[in-house]
Amino acid sequence: MITTTDLTKVYRTRDREVTAVDGVDLHVRPGEVFGVIGRSGAGKSSLIRCVNLLERPTSGTVTVDGTDLTALAGDGPRAGRALRAARTRIGMVFQHFNLLSSRTVQGNVELPLEILGLTRRARAAKARELLDLVGLSEKASVHPAQLSGGQKQRVGIARALAGDPKVLLSDEATSALDPETTRSVLRLLRDLNRQLGLTVLLITHEMDVVKTICDSAALMREGRLVESGKVSDLLATPGSELAAELFPLEGAATGPGTTVVDITFHGDSAARPVVSALARTYDIDVSILSAAMDTAGGRQVGRMRIELPGGFEENVVPIGYLREQGLTVDVRDGEPAGPPGPAAAAGESAPADLVKE
Amino acid sequence: MSWEQMQPLLWQGTIDTLYMVWWSSVVAVLGGLPVGVLLVLTDRGGLLSNVPVNRVLGVIVNIGRSLPFIILLVALIPFTRMVVGTAIGPTAAIVPLAVGAIPFFARLVETAVREVDHGLVEAALAMGGGVRTVVRKVLLPQALPSLVAGLTTTVIALIGYSAMAGAVGGGGLGTIALNYGYRRSETDFMLIIIAALILIVTLVQLAGDGTVRLLARRERAGT
Repeated sequence: MITTTDLTKVYRTRDREVTAVDGVDLHVRPGEVFGVIGRSGAGKSSLIRCVNLLERPTSGTVTVDGTDLTALAGDGPRAGRALRAARTRIGMVFQHFNLLSSRTVQGNVELPLEILGLTRRARAAKARELLDLVGLSEKASVHPAQLSGGQKQRVGIARALAGDPKVLLSDEATSALDPETTRSVLRLLRDLNRQLGLTVLLITHEMDVVKTICDSAALMREGRLVESGKVSDLLATPGSELAAELFPLEGAATGPGTTVVDITFHGDSAARPVVSALARTYDIDVSILSAAMDTAGGRQVGRMRIELPGGFEENVVPIGYLREQGLTVDVRDGEPAGPPGPAAAAGESAPADLVKE
Repeated sequence: MSWEQMQPLLWQGTIDTLYMVWWSSVVAVLGGLPVGVLLVLTDRGGLLSNVPVNRVLGVIVNIGRSLPFIILLVALIPFTRMVVGTAIGPTAAIVPLAVGAIPFFARLVETAVREVDHGLVEAALAMGGGVRTVVRKVLLPQALPSLVAGLTTTVIALIGYSAMAGAVGGGGLGTIALNYGYRRSETDFMLIIIAALILIVTLVQLAGDGTVRLLARRERAGT
């Protein structure tokens, strides 16, 4: 639904160049919620603005719903007719809502409909329908200043949906909201994604957002996508930075001569008593250093850091057993240098980073 | 001078002053609004970013702003004669008043429009709006309270300038003040004229402030 190839955005100021987006290949499948996560300054914001060409990429292409937007004339503000038409089919919501204080809630939702050239009557009907969809029909005649942050973002979402878009871009839509409001806005986005088959591309710096609604995610750093894929696949990738950040595990080895192992349960394995089976089968004492259970991408996922007595050599067999059970196993201490597992070669996620952390 | 003598003069002067100020304000808005908006749009990083046009426009506006009005008044006499056929009287005074007020109001418009949050512009662009949509549906409505405040300032400045127009036979309260109050040393009449000017300025300021408050309240209110 959204594809970027080798997307690069360089900002030139008088005396220096800043590469905000550096050769990004993004692929967002129809109907999925795709989250790009990264710290501020990682280039997320430039990336999402390149998708609807609010920023004209320096090089590379952007294709949304089969249309190569980069081939359409004009850039950013001075968009040609074709690009403007394409933008009416891409909704966008913003961190600071960007509602017009001079208009009522309904007036704000009507603005994109005015751009589309609907009649007054059609606009009013459509706006009411959209406000109903986001649960704000009774606030239609109120000005935005009267709304709470969460309500403002709902208006922003209603407005973004005015052109019946197939794609919704979300620029840190929940970053200005408190945790509870964040959850309700995310739930709304998730519902819209399911009900309308809306493809959502969101950028965020909050891991919770990815955990709550994203089917796929990418980690962005210094303008590049460091990791990218389905959340469930990333969790199954040993050494995945995203997985480690989604479910951070703490706790160091209690002493020398032990082996610390991170295990990720997903899918069926999450339900099986793997650890007690391990202890029984090999007659070893397993201590749990930390553990987290959660849902990500709609599936139950768990991560656990356990400590096994003895060095890595003594634990090769139990670790092999864990891998056989379909778990993702990351050996943190004791294993000789080299990839911890066969799947670790995937992605740029060097295990060295993990150990350093 | 008796009050019976003063009254018709005062009345006619007030009418002439209001006539001059009204029409020059209308022209100032018609001319200053697009110039002010263009100053913002053509600025570096603006929607119609065009640095040469911006520079030229800025220089013209600055020249207009820095010329003392009395000089403008005299310098424009040939142009005034060309436009209205005469250089004397209230109608003739409208020309230099308007020419002086356009750059003045344009700068105030520029400041007001520049204050509109860029995020709103971005939102309108993301919806598929063009430059015209951004100006008409975002910049001007969002800047409206500041624009009204700027217009108030402009009208009050025009009342002051219009009194100066009296110096070249522009008519209005300024002419009367000069002819009777100053040249004939009718101090009482002078004080009355000054009182009339203060009254007009106060009323304009009150009306302007009231409108700004009303607009601000509307945005905050529930209806």
